[in-house]
Amino acid sequence: MISANLSATFYLISGVLFILALRGLSSPETSRQGNLYGIIGMVIAITVTFLSVGNFSSGFFYVMVFLLVGGAIGAFIAFKIPMTAMPELVAGFHSLVGLAAVFVAISAFINPEAFNLGFPGKIKLASLIEMSIGAAVGAITFSGSIIAFLKLQGIMSGAPITFKGQHLLNALILISIVILTYFLCITQNSNLFWILIGISFLIGFLLIIPIGGADMPVVISMLNSYSGWAAAGIGFTLENTALIITGALVGSSGAILSYIMCKGMNRSFFNVILGGFGATDQSSKGKNKEQKPVKSGNADDAAFLMKNASSVIIVPGYGMAVAQAQHALREMVDTLKKNGIKVSYAIHPVAGRMPGHMNVLLAEANVPYDEVFELEEINNDFANADVAFVIGANDVTNPVAKTDPQSPIYGMPVLDVEKCKSVLFVKRSLSPGYAGIDNDLFYKENTLMLFADAKKMTEDITKNL
Amino acid sequence: MEIDPFIFRLSIFILSIFVGYYVVWSVTPSLHTPLMSVTNAISSVIIVGAIIAALASNEGVIFTSSTFFGYLAITLAAVNIFGGFLVTQRMLAMYKKKKKDKK
Repeated sequence: MISANLSATFYLISGVLFILALRGLSSPETSRQGNLYGIIGMVIAITVTFLSVGNFSSGFFYVMVFLLVGGAIGAFIAFKIPMTAMPELVAGFHSLVGLAAVFVAISAFINPEAFNLGFPGKIKLASLIEMSIGAAVGAITFSGSIIAFLKLQGIMSGAPITFKGQHLLNALILISIVILTYFLCITQNSNLFWILIGISFLIGFLLIIPIGGADMPVVISMLNSYSGWAAAGIGFTLENTALIITGALVGSSGAILSYIMCKGMNRSFFNVILGGFGATDQSSKGKNKEQKPVKSGNADDAAFLMKNASSVIIVPGYGMAVAQAQHALREMVDTLKKNGIKVSYAIHPVAGRMPGHMNVLLAEANVPYDEVFELEEINNDFANADVAFVIGANDVTNPVAKTDPQSPIYGMPVLDVEKCKSVLFVKRSLSPGYAGIDNDLFYKENTLMLFADAKKMTEDITKNL
Repeated sequence: MEIDPFIFRLSIFILSIFVGYYVVWSVTPSLHTPLMSVTNAISSVIIVGAIIAALASNEGVIFTSSTFFGYLAITLAAVNIFGGFLVTQRMLAMYKKKKKDKK
């Protein structure tokens, strides 16, 4: 058994190591070392906990068993998961953090003596408040992440689920959570604690169902943030510095990512959270525009255009991930490069289903990361490029966002694809994208539509090069 | 007058939010997915609470209602810790620079 001061010092060290783990992600070169710092920090925290409890009886044996069982499941998932499924995986993991926070809070509520928090029915007031916050936020994280997971996995429709009085109901539940916490602190009644957890699960569920499938980048980031605040709440209860530091880090990390994602869509955070976006009448808008002439071509035409280009910019989007076209795409790019053509990739902040998703998929397909550029870095280059190859992206290239103040996506930062000499647009049909609006790019003179599955089209182009 | 230890913890918390704010803004956007998976892994340091809960059995009884929740939480957090760090490692290993021999 080691002293409380010593263990607190070690918890502080692991907190610092966690900060270094995030710091490492500022560049790919330092990132692997950063991850190692994170692992060391975790090992220190767990070891110190064992030593400070100092109970190596049969209970310790069971702890190791459960630890290894969980660890084996986690390791198995980590090695098996395809990179296209990262958003689902992260959502799933968030739900586990949330549920773990709820369980720790429950355990502390049932047996507060173990944590030096007082006695059942006489828990210290501050601890009880912290515990309730940790449990409530944890429960919201859990049920919210489950819904996000189901939507991403396609088990649940990505369409927003809205009903009358939804916001009022949510507001009432949130208010009742605060009131319940207040009465819980006064009466210490365990039934109130269970109800609190129950309605927190409910509100997490209700908060996420109205949010549409393509808003998932914001939702995942937001849940990431919640999982951090839940951990911090528990950290206060347990008086544990490592947890408090980590909770704050994760909480602000998720909040920043949500902000970046919202900015990428030019929508306020509340607009996303209140949901229902994209539920406008897609059909009517789609129909009256389909009369316009569209130039369509085949793989041969595309290959001809690209062969005669000197620089090509690839614009990948979620459709590329769906069609699993990233490897075929890289092969096409390799062939282009052999012909002396300069190729770069342009990634919109909200491309994909989670922040940075496209970058991971391209990295998996062995695309060097220094050929991949963010919107601000590359947007001026479109004017000088010969061909833009849009694969699986749509709304993020729509020039309407710059020209039509009536458009729902007006003001959203878009890639200036139309400034290229010619645009190749791989798409299965002319259907509008997620925002439910027509893309003017389809009808531009210099646009050639390639109607096909992204993977097949890319492979065909490579053959023709 | 003595300062409540809660204030110290609150100070750590607030300062960590600021540290997090600046550190995360310096994360390159191409690594935002690994950022999420690694934050996932480190937030599972909540396992320390779960371990304390699970080992708090007094009279030699291993499974009580409170230790039971501790064991459950250990399992969940362990999935996250191993899964989170390993999947981050797997992703980061894929980020490669342009090879020198390519022009």
